[in-house]
Amino acid sequence: MTALQEKERLWPGESEDGDQVALTGRRPTPRRVWTNRLALAGMVATVLLTLLPVVLIVFHITEKGLATMSWEFLTQPTPYSFRNEGGGFFNGLVGTGLMVGIAGGFSIPLGILAGVYLVEYGGKRWLARLVRFFSDVMTGVPSIFVGLFVYTAFVVQFGFGALMGGAALAIIMLPIIVRSTEEMLRLVPTELKDASYALGAAKWQTILFVILPSALPGIVTGVMLAVARAAGETAPLILTALGSYKVTTALVNEEIASLTLLIFDGARNPFAAGQARAWAGAMELLAIVLIFTVLARVAASRNRLNN
Amino acid sequence: MSTDYQKPPVFSVRDLKVRYGEALALKDVRMDILPREITAIIGPSGCGKSTLIRCLNRMNDLVPGAVVSGEVLYHGENIYASEVDPVTVRRHIGMVFQRPNPFPKSIYDNIAFGAKINGYRGDMDELVERSLRRAALWDEVSSKLNKSALALSGGQQQRLCIARAIAVEPDVILMDEPASALDPIATVRIEDLMQELKEYYSIIIVTHNMQQAARVSDKTAFLYTEVDEDTSTRWGILVEFGETGQIFTNPRDRRTEDYVSGRFG
Repeated sequence: MTALQEKERLWPGESEDGDQVALTGRRPTPRRVWTNRLALAGMVATVLLTLLPVVLIVFHITEKGLATMSWEFLTQPTPYSFRNEGGGFFNGLVGTGLMVGIAGGFSIPLGILAGVYLVEYGGKRWLARLVRFFSDVMTGVPSIFVGLFVYTAFVVQFGFGALMGGAALAIIMLPIIVRSTEEMLRLVPTELKDASYALGAAKWQTILFVILPSALPGIVTGVMLAVARAAGETAPLILTALGSYKVTTALVNEEIASLTLLIFDGARNPFAAGQARAWAGAMELLAIVLIFTVLARVAASRNRLNN
Repeated sequence: MSTDYQKPPVFSVRDLKVRYGEALALKDVRMDILPREITAIIGPSGCGKSTLIRCLNRMNDLVPGAVVSGEVLYHGENIYASEVDPVTVRRHIGMVFQRPNPFPKSIYDNIAFGAKINGYRGDMDELVERSLRRAALWDEVSSKLNKSALALSGGQQQRLCIARAIAVEPDVILMDEPASALDPIATVRIEDLMQELKEYYSIIIVTHNMQQAARVSDKTAFLYTEVDEDTSTRWGILVEFGETGQIFTNPRDRRTEDYVSGRFG
């Protein structure tokens, strides 16, 4: 009996007559209810606070950008004087497309191959450890250093140009793609690999036909993240592409513009026309990144069968 | 019994020993497995049943640190010989796993996968239909071959995995607890299916379920765990191997008797 009374004291809210289980009448205390509400309100507030800058940026850029956005803006190069109205960032659009394209052409296949190596071949080998370590380091390197590196290593010798800008952007994209691909490949269940091997598939067939397709949506997301990052870079391009008012598709030995360089140029000059073009350029860049991300997501999810 | 001597074994396992890194997992396995029979491997958890069956098609090669010694003769040829390619071994010795593991592709592509990667030149539609029919799944899925295999029930998925294994026209099918994740009705279907498949393939099945082994198999191998009291390490050994009827009604070893009569394990 004493043991039972002891137990009653240990468990709060039990009814007086030990055996009876009380399902009603045990409401949470007001203190508990208010703690709950407070915590919930805190979480909602944090979410709103996180969303606030995003919404403000999108709203502000769209509002200011729309004023100057036009067909002319999308298809005409920048006038030679900031004072002049009209013209657009077509030169920057071409430059960004060209340089991100070059960067992607190098870094996407290389990055995915490196990711496959890390998961399927490297394991704990010293080379794999080295690749992982330097990928992590490279992700954190300020992008201006990458620009400086390409400048001293190549630009001094070969001159400014799209290839130089593309090289700098590729160096920035590569570690992002390597690490995200690695993470996604790790998520592919062992059971799937076993199923493939048990059917007499060679390792390359398993990687190509089972592992990569299963991880594709995740890999695409990682690649898009890298593309968006590259499209938004300014600092490494200052030292490699330099910027230009002309539309050019030359790969070497001719300075080339990018949307980000033109935004930077336009925004820091004192003339209204130049500043207005910068806003429209920002809006253009935002839209491009957004569209690409959505397209990639749709393409990746289409590739997967619906249950 | 007399016919056994006329049929050469499909597998002769000689002094098989498996280590994972430093840890001994299985040793002293010697057995001859005959063609067109169902051989069951039973024993308590951790006795090395799965390790043993994964040695028979070199799936253990995929486990980091796994070291296999001894011989596994497949039609007289050691599959662990240095000149043997494990990929070719697995092409002839198919496997069905504990948890159904269809690819996240359509039903059709699941079946066609093995044939495609192995360079099959025949009529793919015909192969898919034949494999599904043999796995007793055709009637249920013939109208939805292009739907995702993941939409099937667990039992159907497992039969799909069997059909997928059959599609590469193997000689042996290894089954590692193929029904342990299924409900009783789906289990019965798999067991019935095994009886039909026995006509074409040699089947080796690992099972936790002694009734299942008694129901389906011709031969039974009983594995048990040995413990080293000093180091408290444990490993599996083959205790007894023989006709299923004999193992369950008249076991020669005391440990087999205790296990099949439910005294432990």
